[in-house]
Amino acid sequence: MRGRGFQIYAICYLIFLYAPIALLPIFAFNNSTVISFPLSGFTTQWFSQLWTDTSLLLAVKHSLIVAVSVSILATCFGVFAARATTRYAFPMKQGLMGMIMLPLVLPDIIIAVSLLVVLMQMGASLSILTVILGHTLIATPFTIAILNSAFQSLDKSLEEAAIDLGETPASTFRLIILPLVMPGIISSLLIAFSISLDEYIIAAFLSGTEATLPVYIFAQFRFPNKVPVIMALGTILVCLSIALLTIAEYFRRRGIAKAGGKDTGGFL
Amino acid sequence: MTSSPAPAARLARPLIELREVEKYYGDYYALRKITTDIREGEFFSLLGPSGCGKTTLLRCIAGFEDISGGHLAIDGKDMEDVPANKRPTNMVFQSYAIFPHLTVEENVGFGLRRDPSSKEDKARRVAEALEMVGLKGFGKRAAHALSGGQRQRVALARALILKPRVLLLDEPLSALDKKMREQMQSELRKLQRQVGITFILVTHDQEEALIMSDRIAVMFEGEIAQLDSPERLYRRPISRKVAEFIGIMNFLPAQVLSTGPQIALDVAGLGQIGIDAEQCPGTPRTGEASVGFRPETMTVLYDGDPEPTRGKVAQGTVEEVVYFGDMSYYEVRLEGVEKPVQISMRNVVGRPVLPRGSRTRIAWEAGALVLFCEPKG
Ligand SMILES: Nc1ncnc2c1ncn2[C@@H]1O[C@H](COP(=O)(O)OP(=O)(O)OP(=O)(O)O)[C@@H](O)[C@H]1O
Ligand SMILES: [Mg+2]
Repeated sequence: MRGRGFQIYAICYLIFLYAPIALLPIFAFNNSTVISFPLSGFTTQWFSQLWTDTSLLLAVKHSLIVAVSVSILATCFGVFAARATTRYAFPMKQGLMGMIMLPLVLPDIIIAVSLLVVLMQMGASLSILTVILGHTLIATPFTIAILNSAFQSLDKSLEEAAIDLGETPASTFRLIILPLVMPGIISSLLIAFSISLDEYIIAAFLSGTEATLPVYIFAQFRFPNKVPVIMALGTILVCLSIALLTIAEYFRRRGIAKAGGKDTGGFL
Repeated sequence: MTSSPAPAARLARPLIELREVEKYYGDYYALRKITTDIREGEFFSLLGPSGCGKTTLLRCIAGFEDISGGHLAIDGKDMEDVPANKRPTNMVFQSYAIFPHLTVEENVGFGLRRDPSSKEDKARRVAEALEMVGLKGFGKRAAHALSGGQRQRVALARALILKPRVLLLDEPLSALDKKMREQMQSELRKLQRQVGITFILVTHDQEEALIMSDRIAVMFEGEIAQLDSPERLYRRPISRKVAEFIGIMNFLPAQVLSTGPQIALDVAGLGQIGIDAEQCPGTPRTGEASVGFRPETMTVLYDGDPEPTRGKVAQGTVEEVVYFGDMSYYEVRLEGVEKPVQISMRNVVGRPVLPRGSRTRIAWEAGALVLFCEPKG
């Protein structure tokens, strides 16, 4: 009896979670500007319209620049932090790590507002550069979490063995550590990329005139005839996100298995 | 190994000199002024209970830890400013530290990366090293697809391929099962003789140390308590603590009556006897002391056995007996002694194991006794 209750709950939960997403492709291929049932026929015109919309393409370009920069920056910071916490002892290590991880639980709106205030005070002009800054801030805790698990599953004696066999600390990093944490690095790059790609609040506050994709999409909802195009775009984004997350998780697990460690973290 | 001097000369020269080597971990005093020489070509073991500083000393020699005081020289060269990657030492790690993303071949050949010799030459040396440790044909295997024993061999080959002056081994056999461990013990010993490289082995297994080593340093709490050959260590332990750590030793309370070249004693259960001054490590003192002996130095006599020609006889009762196939272990209560002593006897056809409760005579020799005059505590 109880098992059945849980089953129903689980099914409702999944419907609630995925039904809206399932609607995206349905209306993306629906031959009508009105988003409602019954459907009125199959079309791919919304997808072809995507390619002719220059302001949309510009927003895509901004988003890609931001996402790629953020994934590289946040992953670099993640590597430094993970390496430091897993190898070195320093004063206030716990507290410091807590501070770095804080944006994970801080509401984005607070980060966005405070960044905006600071940037205004500094007289900086808003552009994708400021968005990169904000996104790096919120993506870094995630990359640290991923990379920590990758670095933690590294046996310290592997490094010592390489040094014992004549390598320098630098070449040891390149020959032993990097290959072994590479899956973690790839998954960190992908996670940071996807976090940045669909982030709205910070981008809305900090992008100025250089709107990123989510900011652009939200603005387009004012025009009803644009909605199906956005459905088409949303469909592409959903597929892309799923692909990215799957690849990221695949690399993370492979990395842990390869280094012979135990799975201690991750999101999926 | 072509130009090495004659074995006798090599054995005499200290390869590693430790002079008052100290190590602090914060406030913790892990190594306490260790001074000793390790000779070229010897199989040297560091033996001691968990936490006594064996690994620390080994890591100081390898260069993974800086020493906090004293001097460490290898081959006459002070090691203070020499980092681990420049020292003529190689290490076999307790966890083996096989690089999981490389093949067996790549692991073994890792140390040759900076060697200027040709590719063919390197490949030949890798093959030789693999053959030496009994892993011929395993070169292309992925490192993570190896058993514990095979990993151990890869780690050995990887360390030996560089022909180090010293090979450091940190409990290399502790992760293996008993059978494999015994096999590797004799293989390691043979390998050491074959390559002639100085081995320093860390172990907490006294049997392993006795079997394999030329010399053993017994460590307690960051200090070397005794450094001797296995035989000396077993027969003439320097203190009760060392004696208890190496094998089994029985202790009987005793009174030292007089000292000199001959020491007169009154030993509980054995009576008044005289022993050589040489049988007392440290300085003999009159008064309370204890006398130790190994289980195999006494003999349980049967009814009708003649009195031994050498040695003496004591009276006792068999309290317990454990049959071990080739050996029997008796616990015998000597007359006038509270704590039973252990006596081991080789089982021989026609001499069945004595039952519990038997009254028996025990044959013993004064020459097998060791006198400890250290204060109780
Ligand atoms: N990096 C470190 N920081 C602080 N203390 C340490 C460190 N390494 C070792 N110690 C301490 O130094 C002492 C000696 O450690 P060591 O590892 O040398 O012992 P060991 O004799 O090898 O013991 P075992 O047989 O358990 O391996 C221990 O009390 C240990 O807690
Ligand atoms: Mg140890």
